[in-house]
Amino acid sequence: MLMVVMCCGAAHSDTPVWKSISDDGIHDPDNPAISLLQEPVTALSILPFDTAGNQVLWVRALQEGYIDPRTNIYPDTNIKVLDLDIIMPRTGSAKYVRFPHRAHTEWLDCSNCHDAIFKAKAGATPVTMLKILSGEYCGRCHGAVAFPLTECDRCHSVSSATQPGVVKGQ
Amino acid sequence: MVLVVIIRWWLLLAALMVTTMASAEYADVILNRYAEKEGMRPVIFPHWFHRIRFRCKVCHNELGFEMRVGANDVTMSDIIDGRFCGMCHNGEVAWSVENCDLCHSGKNGLKSGIFGGHQTGGPGHW
Repeated sequence: MLMVVMCCGAAHSDTPVWKSISDDGIHDPDNPAISLLQEPVTALSILPFDTAGNQVLWVRALQEGYIDPRTNIYPDTNIKVLDLDIIMPRTGSAKYVRFPHRAHTEWLDCSNCHDAIFKAKAGATPVTMLKILSGEYCGRCHGAVAFPLTECDRCHSVSSATQPGVVKGQ
Repeated sequence: MVLVVIIRWWLLLAALMVTTMASAEYADVILNRYAEKEGMRPVIFPHWFHRIRFRCKVCHNELGFEMRVGANDVTMSDIIDGRFCGMCHNGEVAWSVENCDLCHSGKNGLKSGIFGGHQTGGPGHW
């Protein structure tokens, strides 16, 4: 029980706390260059606050102009953003999932997911929560770098009365 | 009674271990396939630092990094030749490879993997 409480405590906090690099358990405090590295608090405390992950709402930070990360290194790379949502209905008793392409393609390229992880056709990929929890499908990023899998409602966000399939972006 | 005490201590120890593991920043990656064997500290790659400056697609599409810890066989000669990290860490976009300690900044003994409080951990994946 204690462990469960501690796990949740590590994933969620109401006030942002970023560990210093010299005290985060992985950086070598004897490294002479450590003082040159940027501290997470310096960079992240000025971004929209989240309760999980890096404690940053990364999608909002990008969309509201807090950050403007480069889209490409090569000048001729084609940058595509797709504004279509997918309603995913195979959720058992949980709410349906609304997957927004726009928030994802602002960060990622189509080829990062299609077709190796997801087929480019709604309903064609056998996504299950167990697979996601094992690091497959959405779990490639969610639980590793994008917001963690403790945040059920962010994906399971629409009523199960919603028509499944492809809909216009919000 | 003794059993209860043992279980309590075990839980406390487990909780401490979780707290220690979770103290790295979410999505920090440790690269230690070659580093320590070659006499260097393990590399710590902070996702948070990079995604402020670059979208995921730059490294995971243009530079060819697979989106799976352990799936990228990155050597120092790749980097010096301008592949992977070396696309930017060349003294033009970002600091050059002479600044060893800025990337090779981890404690010795760290295992390769992704740190920082993720809630999943499929066997063999992370």
